[in-house]
Amino acid sequence: MSLDLPKEIEPAIELVGIDKKFGAVHANKNINLTVAKGSIHGVIGENGAGKSTLMSILYGFYHADQGEIRISGKPIAIRDSQAAIAAGIGMVHQHFMLVENFTVLENVMLGAEGGQLLRKGVASARKELKRLEDDYGLEVDPDAVVEELPVGSQQRVEILKALYRGAEILILDEPTGVLTPAEADHLFKVLRVLRDQGKTIILITHKLREIMAITDTVSVMRRGEMVATRKTSETTVEELAELMVGRRVLLHVEKGDANPGRVLLSVRNLTVRDARGVTMVDDVSFDVRAGEIVGIAGVAGNGQSELLEAIAGIRKPYSGEIFIDGKPVAGIGPAGLRDLGLAHIPEDRHHMGLVLKFEEYENSILGYHRDPRYGRGAMLDLDAMRKDAEEKIAKYDIRPPNPRLKTANFSGGNQQKIVVAREIERDPDVLIIGQPTRGVDIGAIEFIHKRIIDMRDAGKAVLLVSVELDEIRSLSDRILVMFAGKVVGEKTGDAGEQTLGLMMAGIAA
Amino acid sequence: MSTASVQLPAWINYIVVPILNLVLAFFFSGLVVWAIGESPLEALRLLLIGALGRGEGIGFTLFYATSFIFTGLSVAVAIHAGLFNIGSEGQAYLGGLGAALVALSLDRYVPWYVTMPFAVIGAALFGAACAAIPAWLQAKRGSHIVITTIMFNFITSSLMNYLLVRVLIVPGKMAPETRTFLEGGQLPKLDWLISMFGGKLGAAPLNFSFLIALVMCFLVWMLIWRTKLGYEMRTLGISPTAAGYAGIPYAKIVMIAMLISGGLAGMMALNPVMGASARLQIEFVGGAGFVGIAVSLMGRNHPVGIILAALLFGILYQGGAELSFDMPSITRDMIVVIQGLVILFAGALEYMLRPAIVRLYQQISGK
Repeated sequence: MSLDLPKEIEPAIELVGIDKKFGAVHANKNINLTVAKGSIHGVIGENGAGKSTLMSILYGFYHADQGEIRISGKPIAIRDSQAAIAAGIGMVHQHFMLVENFTVLENVMLGAEGGQLLRKGVASARKELKRLEDDYGLEVDPDAVVEELPVGSQQRVEILKALYRGAEILILDEPTGVLTPAEADHLFKVLRVLRDQGKTIILITHKLREIMAITDTVSVMRRGEMVATRKTSETTVEELAELMVGRRVLLHVEKGDANPGRVLLSVRNLTVRDARGVTMVDDVSFDVRAGEIVGIAGVAGNGQSELLEAIAGIRKPYSGEIFIDGKPVAGIGPAGLRDLGLAHIPEDRHHMGLVLKFEEYENSILGYHRDPRYGRGAMLDLDAMRKDAEEKIAKYDIRPPNPRLKTANFSGGNQQKIVVAREIERDPDVLIIGQPTRGVDIGAIEFIHKRIIDMRDAGKAVLLVSVELDEIRSLSDRILVMFAGKVVGEKTGDAGEQTLGLMMAGIAA
Repeated sequence: MSTASVQLPAWINYIVVPILNLVLAFFFSGLVVWAIGESPLEALRLLLIGALGRGEGIGFTLFYATSFIFTGLSVAVAIHAGLFNIGSEGQAYLGGLGAALVALSLDRYVPWYVTMPFAVIGAALFGAACAAIPAWLQAKRGSHIVITTIMFNFITSSLMNYLLVRVLIVPGKMAPETRTFLEGGQLPKLDWLISMFGGKLGAAPLNFSFLIALVMCFLVWMLIWRTKLGYEMRTLGISPTAAGYAGIPYAKIVMIAMLISGGLAGMMALNPVMGASARLQIEFVGGAGFVGIAVSLMGRNHPVGIILAALLFGILYQGGAELSFDMPSITRDMIVVIQGLVILFAGALEYMLRPAIVRLYQQISGK
């Protein structure tokens, strides 16, 4: 499936017949991939398609059962990440691997200090770092402490780290997940400069628009196989989506006009502080009516999480009031709020929405486990729980359809479906949702979005928080933008991306 | 890295892996024995015969195991709620006071089977009381339960010393212990259980509390896996944030779990105090609280595993005592070394062999 490269362009990296199994799971099936030197190559695929496994093999975390990796035409064995670095491969992880209370310079040097005493190494590292920053337009203050830098700059530090170690091939794993649109644009500029200077870049993402915007070539993975490689200029978003899922996909959510009724959820002058006393949500007020979806847009970390947790009763507000159907609910707590008809699909299914070590059926009652239908008195009725779980599995097409399977062994999309099924099947009046499709594959996204629209059309009040602007725009009837804990503006659902992007960056209201 | 996510069949996880760990532990213990110039096989033979060879040996083994089951359950219940209670030692010690007070007040008037339920409750209440303050400090003040329960071991130890030396001592006697309970305050020996298998209990102190321990195993299993409270405890133990999301009250569950844990530790006192010596003696717990930690770890915090691990430690205690009697060069301390090796391989290094076993399993099963 390799691309016919012009003869004069040498391949930076070639994967030949890479095969990897984890027990019964065939994660990579005979993968062939050639990436030309000095190009940006995108790898897309649904969750569980095998992208991460493939890149982990390339970076030495896993060993392929079969196959060969060639760098600049020479076959090499990548035993561990040290060997990968030595071969000129650098990786920028989705979650940064930085020591937060070190300076930029210290982070860049880490693992490459150059001797037992620091002094000499520091001086030469500073010089080298300066050169890299100048060459590639990656300006960061070397003496800034990493935790004080904005996320976009932290990511630049990760890239600098890789370059400092002599990376010629740079792998970026979902690099824009935590960035504002402006920061993402800046990143793309940097990547283009890197490419023009002869570096090779492999970009792993599930965002089709990014692939179209930045890559030269793109490969699509599906169920462990490399199903297609295309020149980006010769393909379309629709074609790529179809290749990823294996069938035609609706990229736009079909929904009719909203029909808002009375106010079901009302937030008044809500202020939330974190454990250190820092104000995370600052005097926020809004209403959500029956039959409408209100989206909260914003870059991650601007108070949306705290707002959701306060409404869900998990976090105590510092001041202000929350009303559900006119009743003040401050201090009631998550269990009481559920009884009042509030359901919550949390942002973080791994730590909050699910207990990953539990079997599936145990998670399908989390939060509702005191309900008499799951057992009388103090006892749990396991048969009733499993039957209930089986019904949800069938209705939400959760795969594999096995309520006794450990939750950690489901894919991200299916885990999210377990949460969505549990919360929606209670038929709540108010549904609050955080990042409904984070780490979820396209097929499941379509499904979850449909369910959310169904809830709206059934006259429920839906509050949606997402850092995916596309998701907010396609689902919401009204959009509130949060920046630094405040709601900085309200727009209708058809607001332009640029307008919202500026508001998210705190520039325009 | 890649083998950690592979699921093995239950029979490998719960039978093959522990047995292999145990074999390793005995192999290294054998090396130690060999190094001091004794025959490892002979030592193993003496140990097993001492523990399991005669009815009396079995009686002692089960007597020790009884104490370890109680303390193992105590540790396990707390662990399921995410709490590492290492104060079972002190909780058991104070539980002894509860049991002794009941026995001392009732033994003159009623037969043992009337005293027993009150003694069970008394021991559990006093054990729970000892756990209550650390539990409250954890639940409300965030003081780490490991630190506070350790400190309470010392506090109870001093308190009991004071009570036994100054208050409960029989006037005119030298030994810091209560008077001997009358029959109404003693738990009967289980001669019939051993003679069912054709042995003789002899002087072994195996008593009715063994059966109480087995009942507690069943109740703990019910609690953890079949009740809503157990579900809440497990949720909190695995994921406190998920528990918060689900509206499971942290402080309440921490208190309840620790009170149950302390209560189970307290019941351990029934075995030595009312079953064996028929009086409250100084330092009667003798480390059983700490062994409970190892037993719970080895038994994977499951009552069935705890019974098996408690039996293993019972065998080591009883067989070890016999061994050091028959082989004087193997001292008490050597036995402690061997127990340490068992804990090391079966507890701390539990997953050491796992990657190799996973690879072997994958090869054999052809996946």
